Amino acid sequence: MNKIFAISNVVLLEMYRRKDFYVLFIVTALITAVMGSVTFFKDAQIVRYLKAICLFLIWASSLFIAIGATARQIPAERESRTLFPLMAKPVSRAQILLGKFLGCWLACGAALVIFYIFFGCIAAAREHQWPLADYFQAWALHWAMLAVVVAMTLFGSLVLTAVSSNITITFIATVAILLVGRYLHKVALSMTEPSAIIVTSLYYVIPHLELFDMRDLIVHNWPLIPWGIWLIALVYAAAYTALLLLLSWLVFRRKVL
Amino acid sequence: MKTTRSFVSLLLLLVVFSAGLAAKLDCWFMSWPGNHEASFSPLDVMLGGGQKLFAGSFYREADVYYHSGYYPTIFDDRTAFETAHMAEDTGAVASHNQGDEAGFMGLPLDFFDTFNRHFIPNRHTHLDEGGPTDDLGKSQEVREILPWLKISSELDPENVQTYIVTAFWLRTKMGKVAEAEQVLREGLRHNPNNPQLLYELGRVYFENYHDLLRARNIWEAALRSWREQTAGKPDSEKFSFDNKFLLEQLQTHLALLEEAAGHFDAAITHWTQAQAVSPDPSVLQKHIDNLKTTLAARTNAPAATSH
Repeated sequence: MNKIFAISNVVLLEMYRRKDFYVLFIVTALITAVMGSVTFFKDAQIVRYLKAICLFLIWASSLFIAIGATARQIPAERESRTLFPLMAKPVSRAQILLGKFLGCWLACGAALVIFYIFFGCIAAAREHQWPLADYFQAWALHWAMLAVVVAMTLFGSLVLTAVSSNITITFIATVAILLVGRYLHKVALSMTEPSAIIVTSLYYVIPHLELFDMRDLIVHNWPLIPWGIWLIALVYAAAYTALLLLLSWLVFRRKVL
Repeated sequence: MKTTRSFVSLLLLLVVFSAGLAAKLDCWFMSWPGNHEASFSPLDVMLGGGQKLFAGSFYREADVYYHSGYYPTIFDDRTAFETAHMAEDTGAVASHNQGDEAGFMGLPLDFFDTFNRHFIPNRHTHLDEGGPTDDLGKSQEVREILPWLKISSELDPENVQTYIVTAFWLRTKMGKVAEAEQVLREGLRHNPNNPQLLYELGRVYFENYHDLLRARNIWEAALRSWREQTAGKPDSEKFSFDNKFLLEQLQTHLALLEEAAGHFDAAITHWTQAQAVSPDPSVLQKHIDNLKTTLAARTNAPAATSH
């Protein structure tokens, strides 16, 4: 376990030195601030549009950070040939993979904490309330979703040759699942065979990332999700992450570097 | 020295030439049909003809906010949302909605669908009724739809519904009557003599300012405008669902105004005209009969007193 933490620590340090997060955070803060400076009909309490924009930027930024950082991990190590001295040490390929995953995921979690604190401040400035439990649920689900995305990207980085293609494909797949994943079964019902069975199968196979998107509930101040349901969603994310990591390990274990 | 002088002369010549060319181009530009300088808007430059498309999206987004996010997507049954509920609830827009507004999602198709519904807005609510909290004391939260309506009206100033909806919620739930009037006048600047806008403006004077004289003038102007706009059209178009709805509303409100002013004769005339286009004329007939009885009693009373 120590070896996994050591590798993840190196990934965290690398992410800390990179400028991706800082740039995305500044862009998010700037756009939110500009949008927040607009007043409509002299009413300073209108806030939901601002919450929606800010959360959208946070989601987009988190996906950029997660996919962008993870996609580079193994190919960069291979290109710079630092992977070989690492593997010459008494570290298994599974540990390298888990270390990389953990480092990227923890970095995403840390970035999300800062993003959500900023979001909370913006919302509180106009709404004068701190629904901390709601924000915690939203943050945890968001982070759990990123675990699946990080694992998916890691798997992609072992299967696809170029970093750019991995980033593009993972990003498109993630956005597509977020946008239409929920409706695939409904769409399949209006189709004829064999496309209906293909779309239905796809619906059951894909990780339903849209489950973790609580934005509408947060923006429109809906009540909390029951904690039991929330926990099941986290377990679902953990299961998918484990499955994707297992697949990655199966590929990585036999991969000629 | 000579080189410097030549250089300065050339520079001067170029400056004069540039100024002349600019003046010439300016004259041409001012008479060019594509010149939008008089009404320059950055949105015009960025979006061009696609503005109306975006305006429609923002208008819809306002209705999404009115429902606190509980809204059908292109994959759901949208028959109960053909007319935006935020517009339907103003009473100034005819509704084309059918079906169950609370059940557009249908029954869950599978385990994921059931589970998914915990993570999205899953109940039909309206912001003016407190939204997800169902707290009627929070009806002012309807303010949240205003940014989207404002953007929509900027993009498509010819969509009168945007002004009507904005003005209605401003004056009824936020107490901003002056702003509501300003919005409607802005709408009238872009859509001169529009009967729908005039109808709503009349309501501002009748319901908020209690200025019966101005309200009557505005509604009568709206009626004239309605007649001008529908003149020469075949009956199927003239008495289309939307046109009939507006005519009925105008006649009904004029009748109410005349009743409030004590002019029962005029009120009966307007009720009778409203009855002609009403989907439920029998209800109006009862009211007309009551009014006639009241009017007869009033006419007979001075006669009885004099005997």
